[in-house]
Amino acid sequence: MTAPPPEGPGRIARAFAKARAEERCALIPYVTAGDPDLARTRSIVRALGGAGADLMEIGVPFSDPIADGPVNQRAAERALRNGVTLRSCLDLAAELRAGGVPPVVLFTYYNPIHRMGPETFARAAGVCGVDGVLVTDLPPEEAGDLHGALRASGVDLILLLSPTSSQERVELVCREASGFIYVISRTGVTGAREDVPEDLEGQVRAARRATNLPIAVGFGISQPGQAAAIAAYADGIVVGSALVRLIEENAASPDLESRIEELCRTLRAPLRR
Amino acid sequence: MTLPDSRGRFGPYGGRFVPETLMSPLQELEEAWRSARADPGFLKELDHYLKSYAGRPTPLYRADNLAARLGGGTRVYLKREDLAHTGAHKINNTLGQALLARRMGKTRVIAETGAGQHGVATATVAALFRLRCAIYMGEEDMRRQALNVYRMRLLGAEVVPVAAGSRTLKDAISEAMRDWVTHVKDTHYILGSVLGAHPYPAMVRDFQSVIGHEARLQILEAEGRLPDALIACVGGGSNSIGLFHAFLDDTKVRLIGVEAGGTGLDPGRHAARFAGGGLGVLQGTRTFLLQDTDGNILPTHSVSAGLDYAAVGPEHAYLRDTGRATYTHVSDDEAVAAFHMLAELEGIIPALESAHAVAYLLRDGGGGTLGRLVILNLSGRGDKDVEQVAGRDGTEVRRP
Repeated sequence: MTAPPPEGPGRIARAFAKARAEERCALIPYVTAGDPDLARTRSIVRALGGAGADLMEIGVPFSDPIADGPVNQRAAERALRNGVTLRSCLDLAAELRAGGVPPVVLFTYYNPIHRMGPETFARAAGVCGVDGVLVTDLPPEEAGDLHGALRASGVDLILLLSPTSSQERVELVCREASGFIYVISRTGVTGAREDVPEDLEGQVRAARRATNLPIAVGFGISQPGQAAAIAAYADGIVVGSALVRLIEENAASPDLESRIEELCRTLRAPLRR
Repeated sequence: MTLPDSRGRFGPYGGRFVPETLMSPLQELEEAWRSARADPGFLKELDHYLKSYAGRPTPLYRADNLAARLGGGTRVYLKREDLAHTGAHKINNTLGQALLARRMGKTRVIAETGAGQHGVATATVAALFRLRCAIYMGEEDMRRQALNVYRMRLLGAEVVPVAAGSRTLKDAISEAMRDWVTHVKDTHYILGSVLGAHPYPAMVRDFQSVIGHEARLQILEAEGRLPDALIACVGGGSNSIGLFHAFLDDTKVRLIGVEAGGTGLDPGRHAARFAGGGLGVLQGTRTFLLQDTDGNILPTHSVSAGLDYAAVGPEHAYLRDTGRATYTHVSDDEAVAAFHMLAELEGIIPALESAHAVAYLLRDGGGGTLGRLVILNLSGRGDKDVEQVAGRDGTEVRRP
């Protein structure tokens, strides 16, 4: 297995540039791989791509997801029961890439990567056409091994900022990240909320001063009103738990994909500036 | 060199593998702990509470009946942490961390608990220092340790059942971390063992090392010499590190940690991380843990809720690598037999956790194999386990 050589600007950068050129904030849906099953994840991602998702976050299920709220925890449990592993998520990414979906970011915890070996994982991610990797429990201080290996494979390492990040940490994260910066909108775990935190805009602007990378906001975004407010100052929004809950509630329904397209369009409309 | 290093590493183990939201709070905690342990006022206050509230120093008791049963001429001393307030060594750490929380201006503390001992010790100091308190406990453990659940509620703590995963200690830690990441501004997380992200493994060790410092003075006074071996059970590993640490430089003193062998070494039937585990990252730290080939954490089992955990403290992994400490395991049945034996021989009912250390001594310590002088850490008392052991023995304990 050899990794493709790193190209110029990656697919992630191009996706944000395209949205910006169209005067839009990018829409980044999140789903857990293998929930309700892998075949359905493929059709869900295709539906999201067709409904205008600019990037896709694919969650790798893990047994002990400390950063996730109950909705995403349940999705991970279902996926694990289906036998989904980091390896099958890489294979899924390769199939999706071959089918022409938006750029794919794997959202994962570190232990599955650690177990596979950061270099083995990074090579496989490159070969499978994964565009970015976000490891929720791997701060930049611990990311050295993985970061070097991903860079060699032309895969972005997306890092997170939180409301608790000090100015020093904002600068560290912005210096080390590639692809885009993921700003966590509030302290806490993943899960849909109704409001927009007051200090969010200031947080995004602080990151903006430290980097030229695109800045996406996630955690707690589920409503068009929130999307419109955040689109005024961010480059992308991540919608996770609202979508995962829709999948949970309609897993057996043949209408699932059309309901997902509808949610995607509802959230995409207010992103136009 | 004193470990951990500036990144919280013990060789390849330890570190700080947490979401970004917890990085600044962990840095603040590390600074607060460093400044507190260099502050004579803080140390004096901690010492005051350890003595006048927790009942330290705990006795070092020469257990001659146990030694006679063992044979081989080995003298056995029990470090009586079971006699500390709340019935286990856990109070040493919760007093230290509660004082630290107060120093940092936190008004709320949270904790995980397995057997309930750390939960009770946290609820106790929360009452003492007027801090709001929530304790996360797996539903399976709440069933096993119903008495401790009520004790925590008596002390004014909210006990939050955790229904995720295996419903034991690991899941309680995950849920406590989720609480902390949400309420980090006013809340301090009193982690109960030498686990988690830096500085917890080093900070909890510091607060527990009072066990070994006392034991070292006591054995020198009683016997005029150092022991040949120290024995302690290892769940996360705080009572064992607490006993071992004052003896690390006494290289002739053997350090022996005893893990939970459960009902056998097949996956899901034990918590012997060094026997069946590999290197991984869980709940903030890189250490030995029980996982499958894809990096998901395996379920564990032990008759003792306090040892029923998939990972071991990173410093233990380091001590094992360097050969300074050795680790072994005993089965559920051996631990329960030792629970009975100590009660009958010495009139001391040990916690099932501590009974693992006693079981190892009885199984492998005969014929003088551990030398002439041994200290065993009796980390907790067994009142909490009486109902469970009675059930195993086919006796139902009913209140009139």
